Amino acid sequence: MTRIELTVDGAKVSDDVEPRLLLVQYLRERLGKTGTVIGCDTASCGACTVHLDGRSVKSCNVLAVQADGAEITTIEGLAADGEASGADGQLHPVQEAFHECHALQCGFCTPGMIMQTADLLAENPHPTEDEIRQGLEGNLCRCTGYHNIVRAVQYAANGTSATPGTGAAAQPAAGSGTIDGGAA
Amino acid sequence: MTTTEEAPAAPADEIGRDRRRKEDRRLITGRTHWTDNIVLPGTLHLAMVRSPFAHANITGIDTRAAAQAPNVVAVLTGTDLAATQGVLANAWPITPDQVTPEHKPVAVDRVAFAGEIVAVVVARSAAAAADAADLVDVDYDELPAALDLRTAAAATPENGGAIAHPDLGTNNSAQWIFDSAQAGTGGNVEDAIAAARADGIVIEREYRQQRLIPAFMEPRSVVVDPTGEQITVWSATQIPHIARFLLAATTGVPESKIRYIAPDVGGGFGGKLQTTPEEWAAFAVARRFGKPVKYTETRSESLQSAHHGRDQWQKLTLAATNDGTVTGLKVELLADLGAYVALVGGGVPVLGAFMFNAIYKFPAYRFDCRTVLTNKAWTDAYRGAGRPEATFAIERLMDELAAELGRDPLEVRRQNWITHDEFPFTTVAGLTYDSGDYESATAQAVDAFGYEDLRAEQARRREAGDPVQLGIGVSTFTEMCGLAPSRVLGSLDYGAGGWEHAEIRMLPTGKVEVVTGASAHGQGHETAFSQIVADRLGVPFEDVEVLHGDTQVAPRGLDTYGSRSLTVGGEALALAADKVVAKAKPWAAHLLEADPRDIEFSRGTFAVSGTGEGKTIQEIALAAFAAHDYPEGIEPGIDAEVTFDPVNFSFPHGTHLCAVEVDTETGAVRLRKYVCVDDVGTVINPLIVAGQVHGGLVQGIAQALWEEAVYDESGTLLTGTLADYLVPSAADLISFDTAHRSTPATSNSLGAKGVGEAGTIASTPAVVNAVVDAIRPYGVHDVEMPCTPARVWRAIQDGSAS
Repeated sequence: MTRIELTVDGAKVSDDVEPRLLLVQYLRERLGKTGTVIGCDTASCGACTVHLDGRSVKSCNVLAVQADGAEITTIEGLAADGEASGADGQLHPVQEAFHECHALQCGFCTPGMIMQTADLLAENPHPTEDEIRQGLEGNLCRCTGYHNIVRAVQYAANGTSATPGTGAAAQPAAGSGTIDGGAA
Repeated sequence: MTTTEEAPAAPADEIGRDRRRKEDRRLITGRTHWTDNIVLPGTLHLAMVRSPFAHANITGIDTRAAAQAPNVVAVLTGTDLAATQGVLANAWPITPDQVTPEHKPVAVDRVAFAGEIVAVVVARSAAAAADAADLVDVDYDELPAALDLRTAAAATPENGGAIAHPDLGTNNSAQWIFDSAQAGTGGNVEDAIAAARADGIVIEREYRQQRLIPAFMEPRSVVVDPTGEQITVWSATQIPHIARFLLAATTGVPESKIRYIAPDVGGGFGGKLQTTPEEWAAFAVARRFGKPVKYTETRSESLQSAHHGRDQWQKLTLAATNDGTVTGLKVELLADLGAYVALVGGGVPVLGAFMFNAIYKFPAYRFDCRTVLTNKAWTDAYRGAGRPEATFAIERLMDELAAELGRDPLEVRRQNWITHDEFPFTTVAGLTYDSGDYESATAQAVDAFGYEDLRAEQARRREAGDPVQLGIGVSTFTEMCGLAPSRVLGSLDYGAGGWEHAEIRMLPTGKVEVVTGASAHGQGHETAFSQIVADRLGVPFEDVEVLHGDTQVAPRGLDTYGSRSLTVGGEALALAADKVVAKAKPWAAHLLEADPRDIEFSRGTFAVSGTGEGKTIQEIALAAFAAHDYPEGIEPGIDAEVTFDPVNFSFPHGTHLCAVEVDTETGAVRLRKYVCVDDVGTVINPLIVAGQVHGGLVQGIAQALWEEAVYDESGTLLTGTLADYLVPSAADLISFDTAHRSTPATSNSLGAKGVGEAGTIASTPAVVNAVVDAIRPYGVHDVEMPCTPARVWRAIQDGSAS
C-alpha cells in the first residue's frame, strides 16, 4: 500500500492504495466518482478521460499513485460550481453545448468526450472541423456518428469566444434537415 | 390546481418540435445509473474463466489454487452449477426440425467457442476474483473446429469435416425457404432466369457479409441481489421483460419472484438483445450464497463473447429483360450462427427474407437460407438484423445491372421501383407496403447531392487519368420496422408477440406519470414519449415523467429493438392518452353540470360547447383523486392502460448518395460527401431523428470500410480489443447532409415509421457502390467488405490484369 494525497474536483483526499490500482478505479471505487466510466482495457475508447493538472488523460492509463499530489477534475467537478451542477446548477459551456446540439445518445462516452473537448478548446479556442475531428480521435462514440459532437464543439467554441464569428459556424444540431409534409 | 400557467408551451406544437432531451442532464453531469455503478453491502464479485480454444473437451478443472487465493469465496464449474444454472433459450426456432445445441451458461464437459465460460471465481473484490481466475487450471482435449462458414456447411461426419457439436452429427441447423410461386405472391424464379438466359440479362454474384461486433460503448454488467422477498437483477440489457420471463422459465424460480431492472444502459444496437451466460451464472451464484453478486465484463471479454452480427454468404441471381426490367431474383444464403442458436439468432436471416426485393416490383422471387453452426462466438441481432444484408445484396445488384446496361444506376432503379401512386403495394415477398414516395425522396437527394455535377467531375477525372478517382454510390432502401404484428410473429414460429404496453397515471398534482414497456438505452424515449403525451393530453412537456426499464414499475413490455419503440410503444402511449381523455370526459360533464355529448376536449381543457366554461385535465385529475363527487357507474380514476398490437409493419425508406475518392495507387478510400433523404413517416422530434440517422450511417459506413471480426485458423479472435476491431473515430468521418420527407405510416395513429436502423441499412451499399463505381474502369465489379486499402488495391491490380 502506498499513501497518496491529491485534490479531486476541488476536495483534498488521501488514501492508501495498491500500487497497481488505476486512477479510474480509484475514482470510481474509492471516491464514488462514478460519472467517470470504463469502456475498454486498451486505452482506446477515452470514456474515462479526466483532467490531471489541467490536461486531459485517460484515467485507465494512469496509476493512482502517479496522481499523487495532482489536481484531478472529473465530469462531476467540471462546472464552475462543481458537483452542485448535478442537480440544477450551472453547466460548463461544453456540457451546455452537448445538450443543445444533441451530441449524446446513450451518454456512456459523453463524460470522456466532454472532458476531451474542454481540453481541446483550452488549447485551441477556435478549431476548424478537421482540428476538432483530429482532437477527438482518441475518444470513441458508437451512437452519434460524431456529427453532432463536432457541432457541439463548434457551438462551445463560439459560445465561449470573445469575438463571435471567428470560429467555425455554430449550427443548431439537426443538420440541414427539413420537414416536408408531402402526402402519400 | 393547475400548472399550465408555469409552462405555457403550446401543446399542439409538440409533434415535430426539436425538444432538447430530458435525459441529457444526468448524462452530461455524470449523475448516471450504469449497472457497474451499483455497489451493495457484502457484494461478491465474479470473474469468468474462459476457454482459449474454439472447440475442446474439458478433461479436468483444478480449482484448488484459485480457491485458496486471498479473498476468494468459491470457484464454481459447470458441474457445480449444473442443477441451478438453467439454460439459454432460443426463442425463434425457424423450422420445426431446427437442430439446436443445448446452451448451458457455464460449460460442463465441452466448449464450443473461444471465450466460452468454464468456471466462475467468486471473491470479495473484483481484483481478487480476476487474480484467482488466472490460477484455475483447466485441462482441455482439443477437437477439430468448424470455423469457415462454407466449409462448415459442407462438412459431414462421413467426409471428415469438423462438426461444431459432434453429438448433433451436422452443422446445418435449419433450412428456411420462401418461394413466390409456392406462396402465390409471384411467378417461378427458375422460369424467369431461364427466359433471361435465352434472351435477356442474368447477373450472378456472391457477396460476403463479414462478421461484425455491435461494440456498444458500455460493457455488459450485471448485479443480482437475492436478499429480500424478490431476487433483483440489474443488467445492462435491452430486454428486461424478456430476460425475466426466460430466467424464470429456465431456472424454475417463479417470475413473480424476479425483478429485472435495466438502469441507464450505454447503447445496445441489438448487442444487448440477448439473454447471456453471464446473467444466468450471476443469478445462480447469488442464489447459492444468498449474497449480492456483481459481474462486469472487460472490453476484451465483450468483443470475444457478447454476440456478433451479420456473417453470411449470399449467392444471388438476378434476371432482367434487355431493357433493364427485373424479372426475377433468386437468393441462396448461408448464415453463420456461431456456436449456439442465440435468442433470435436463427431468425435474423429470415427477417431479411422479406426485404431482398426492396422497393422494386419483381415478379418472381425465391429465398433459400441455411443456418450453420460453427465454433465461433454466437451471432444474433445487430442494428438492422437481416435487413442490412438483404438491402446490401439488392442495391449492389441494381448497380451491377446498371453497369451491365451501361446506364445510370438511378435510372434503372426508377424503371423498377414502386411508384407513389401504387401504394398500398403488396410485394413479391408478401408484405403490403402502406406508404412511400421514392421519386420525391430521390429527387430531393439528387438535388442536394449535386449529382450531375459530381458525375461530370467523375468523367473529367476518368478522362484525365487522375490517380485519385471519384466514385458515386446509390442506395434506395426500404425496411420493415415496427416489430411486429403478433400474428405474423406467430406464423413465423417466434416465441413471443410483438405488442407493446403503456400506462398513463394522472397524478393529483397535475403531473403525469407515463409507464412504457419499451426499454430505452440511448434512443431518447423520455423526451419523445413526453412530447406525444403532452400533445395528446394538452399538458406541459415538463410535467410528463416517463418510467421504464424496471419490471416492477413497468410490468408489461416487450422492450426495445427492431425500430419498434415509437411505432408500437409510442402508439400504445398515444392510445392510452386518448383513453384518459375518454375517461375524464364524464367527470368534466358532471363537474360542469353539462351533457357529456356537449363536452369538447382541446389543448388540455374540457369545455362545454358554446360557453366559456371549462375544466382542465389537471383539475379533473385532482377531482378524480379526491373522488368526492362523481357520476354513478364509473370508477374513481382516469388512469389508463393500453396494449397495442400493430396490424402491419411500417416501411421507412430513403435515398442515400455517397461520393468517395479512391487513391488508385494506394487503395485508400476517402469519404467526400454523403447525402440522404429519409422518409420515416411523421417525425416527433427532428433532433432525435437526425441523431439516429447520423449514428446509423456511421455503423453502416464502418461495415463498408473498416469493421470485421477476424478469427485465425485455430478459432482465436484476432480483433479482440478496440485497438484491433476498428470502430471509427471522428477523424475517420465527415459531416452528413441529412433531410427528411414524410409520407405518414397508416399502421399507427402517429404516422411514424421508425428510424433506429435506417441509416445502417442504407449506408453500407451506398459506400461500396461508390467504391466500385470509382474503380469500375479498371475492370473491377466487386470489392469484398470491409473495403480496406489492401483489398481495393488488389481489386485494381486484378481487374487491370484481366
